[in-house]
Amino acid sequence: MTSTNQRVIIVGGGLAGLAAAIRVAEAGLPVDLFSMVPVKRSHSVCAQGGINACNEVARQQGYSEYQHFDETIYGGDFLADQGPVLEMANWAPKIIDLLDRMGVPFNRTAEGRRDLRLFGGSLFKRTHFSGATTGQQLLYALDEQVRRFEAEGKVSKYEFWEFLRPILVGQGDQRRCVGIVAQDMRTMQIRPFRADAVVMATGGCGLIFGKSTNSVICTGGAASRCYQAGAWYGNAEMIQVHPTAIPGADKCRLMSESARGEGGRVWVPRKKGDTRRPKDIPENERWYFLEERYPAYGNLVPRDIATREIFDVCVNEGMGIDGQNMVYLDLTHKDPDYLTEKLGGIMEIYEKFVGVDPRYEPMKIFPSVHYSMGGLWTTFTPGAYQPAEPAGKHEPGMIPPVGTEVGQGMAYGAPNNMMTNIAGLYAFGEVNFAYHGATRLGANALLSCIFDGLFNGVSVVNYVREGVPSTQPAESLEAACFDEASSAEQAKYDGLLATVGTNERDEKFNPYVIAREMGEEMTAASTVVKTGPRLEQCLAKLAELRERYARVQLSDSAGWTNQSLSFARAVGDMLILAEVIAKAGLLREESRGSHKRLDFPDRDDERFGKASVAEFDPATGEHRIFWRDVQTNLVKPRPRTYGKVESDQKGKQEPVGSAG
Amino acid sequence: MGNGANSGGRTRNVVFRIKRCDGPGKPSRWEAFRVPVEPNANVISCLNWIAAHPVTMDGRPTTPVVWDSNCLEEVCGACTMVINGRVRQSCSCLIDEYAPNDGDTITLEPMSKFPVVRDLWVDRQRLFEGLKKVKAWAPIDGTYSLGDGPRESPAQQHVRYALSTCMSCGCCLEACPQYLKEEDASKWDTAFVGAAIISQARLFNEHPTGAILKDDRLDALLGVGGINDCGNAQNCVRVCPKDIPLTESIAAIGRAATIHGFKRFFRGA
Repeated sequence: MTSTNQRVIIVGGGLAGLAAAIRVAEAGLPVDLFSMVPVKRSHSVCAQGGINACNEVARQQGYSEYQHFDETIYGGDFLADQGPVLEMANWAPKIIDLLDRMGVPFNRTAEGRRDLRLFGGSLFKRTHFSGATTGQQLLYALDEQVRRFEAEGKVSKYEFWEFLRPILVGQGDQRRCVGIVAQDMRTMQIRPFRADAVVMATGGCGLIFGKSTNSVICTGGAASRCYQAGAWYGNAEMIQVHPTAIPGADKCRLMSESARGEGGRVWVPRKKGDTRRPKDIPENERWYFLEERYPAYGNLVPRDIATREIFDVCVNEGMGIDGQNMVYLDLTHKDPDYLTEKLGGIMEIYEKFVGVDPRYEPMKIFPSVHYSMGGLWTTFTPGAYQPAEPAGKHEPGMIPPVGTEVGQGMAYGAPNNMMTNIAGLYAFGEVNFAYHGATRLGANALLSCIFDGLFNGVSVVNYVREGVPSTQPAESLEAACFDEASSAEQAKYDGLLATVGTNERDEKFNPYVIAREMGEEMTAASTVVKTGPRLEQCLAKLAELRERYARVQLSDSAGWTNQSLSFARAVGDMLILAEVIAKAGLLREESRGSHKRLDFPDRDDERFGKASVAEFDPATGEHRIFWRDVQTNLVKPRPRTYGKVESDQKGKQEPVGSAG
Repeated sequence: MGNGANSGGRTRNVVFRIKRCDGPGKPSRWEAFRVPVEPNANVISCLNWIAAHPVTMDGRPTTPVVWDSNCLEEVCGACTMVINGRVRQSCSCLIDEYAPNDGDTITLEPMSKFPVVRDLWVDRQRLFEGLKKVKAWAPIDGTYSLGDGPRESPAQQHVRYALSTCMSCGCCLEACPQYLKEEDASKWDTAFVGAAIISQARLFNEHPTGAILKDDRLDALLGVGGINDCGNAQNCVRVCPKDIPLTESIAAIGRAATIHGFKRFFRGA
């Protein structure tokens, strides 16, 4: 019945891509895995703090999978479709068990069980971790399993290959994805690859903002190429700025939320411009502004809130250390050996890159662009749990209104789960817009990546085996559509190569200069706080950059390992995605989660309790943005305050008096 | 912080001498670039600067330098190269530390034990093939829900975690006198696997499920290119950026392999 030569392409070899590869290969379908780096070097290695899941200890304290679900929805400010989030929370403990079986060296308790830590947005210890390099350890575990499949001939890796575009056939309802065009980054060969389904697992787009915590391949280029081919892009404006990073000349390095989970305290001197060393500033002359403003969650408020408070303290109140945009993240009250045990990885990063030992000296940190909640728009089949009325806030100890059986939130194996608006084209992991709404909670990213791969990998298999590809496999299609797509990319490549030697090396057309200006503009206009006029200005700047990009000039004409060509090509795609981010931000006239509009300070469920969805018009190069309802039938939207104490006058006035 | 950031408010420059090569089989050449130092600069930010301004010190336009990198936090292993004669990651190589004064020189070369792809980018595929050779994985029964994994003492977790931070960067191989460059992939199977791979074999032998394949791993390491090729120079442990106890791993695998060899001999296998 099914063709014996059916295959699945997975683009990206981070946690989502590898988890998908394992699941699809296990089901017996051959996998072609594409990555710009050896998959073991994927950006998932940068994740530090941990992975969330309900566990026995927390359960006996009143926690539940349902509470995890409620926290994630509340954290995301009610912008995520709720069914998939419920399914993810329900599935989470199974994922931890599986990783444990694969040999992930999770930190252990004295009794030899998996240790747990606190993380933002929860009052329960529900984060599993492996030192402070959890992402690296999880990635390695999946990498090892994929290597096993590779050794058995079930997975073929295409490492150092760059995805250039999806290949589509058919029109309207018949349109589907049947392969990709990719380029070998060494030989520069461009060629089409056939597949019955394509999974995009290409991560985030931090480089659009210049310096971020992301790795150098996280340009968003692959997502933008899908978008330009007709895939919708959802909630682009939802960009997470992580509160605690160390700014560097090349990137910003993350200092994990686990630093606060393990007791780290954020503070600034109460006296403006206090030049004393932090250790010389007595306790009562330190302003622990997060603890003061959020008595319940303290330093563990969600990231967007911590970021805005730090921004407020530094930028609006001028209370940053030495008048600079810096605050202290202080762990020096903890036992140094304890810190090495629990947070060794980030202690080492700070020490190596700043030259100061954070066990003895408070770290100086500032927010940085970190994660994209937005991404390729995807759909799903709702699960069995359909309450007559959405539930209210779930309190610890309450009996969850629904069990954890598979399929309560999302129908297991439904072919359309996490499929884009193009049949056969899926989006998993950070490039998928589902799960995190308007803010992602810490330690939920690793979970959503692996959940996508494992849970929805089955959907891919079912689509290939039972859907259109079962009767019209990609293998049986005429070569023309593949060759055409490949030729188009070849022409684009040739065109870029031909720019070498033009424009007499005018800086204006230098791709690196264009990228830098884009990053600076996007960071200034479209991150922590936004306004309509500033976003309009940003869009004008992006239009100017796009015009300049049309005359971009390269400085390397080599037909071998031409890295700057790859970068320059991505810059064009990044500019397009940047416009989507800015435009969706302009049109969302409300404040929700990470999206803070100073000119529209409140959440507006009536108008914007909806996902922004962008569609590209290839004829004009314009973006059409429309709004789609969010599934909120499981838990009712409520104000997201995290118990903020509004009277922050205390913080502002006392310090000056007491220290002066 | 070093004194670079505050040299009287004006920018200082460092000179980068970079060994370049256009591709496999092509000759190498040296090019020098003068690069202004930003605050907190590292080798990566300087290479980025050169990419945007590919002009040599003597004013000759050239191509951007090609190099491999990704995370820039010293956890992915990609940006490994030889800097001032010593192998390390370039992201964590801070300019204020390596070249504190105006006009100081930093020399960049590709790793010498791997085939050059272009400039500073080398092909380390052999390393990943080595991981296959020693079956560096836990042979689980698939991804179905089968409960949790084996319990583990904190002490044992410390041992495994330290080994598991290996990012396959190849520093230990670059420094090893016994690990030699081999361009011919068909010979990788019989060439010395090196410390990183031996240590990964130990990592999986230390895990209850991983240990199911212990004999296979020891067989592979008793064969040609295995543990007996180690000359005990101990350079590996000195250059490992993650302080992985590589010589302990080599010793542990050596002991286990000896015992395994005896058993195999008496079994008549």
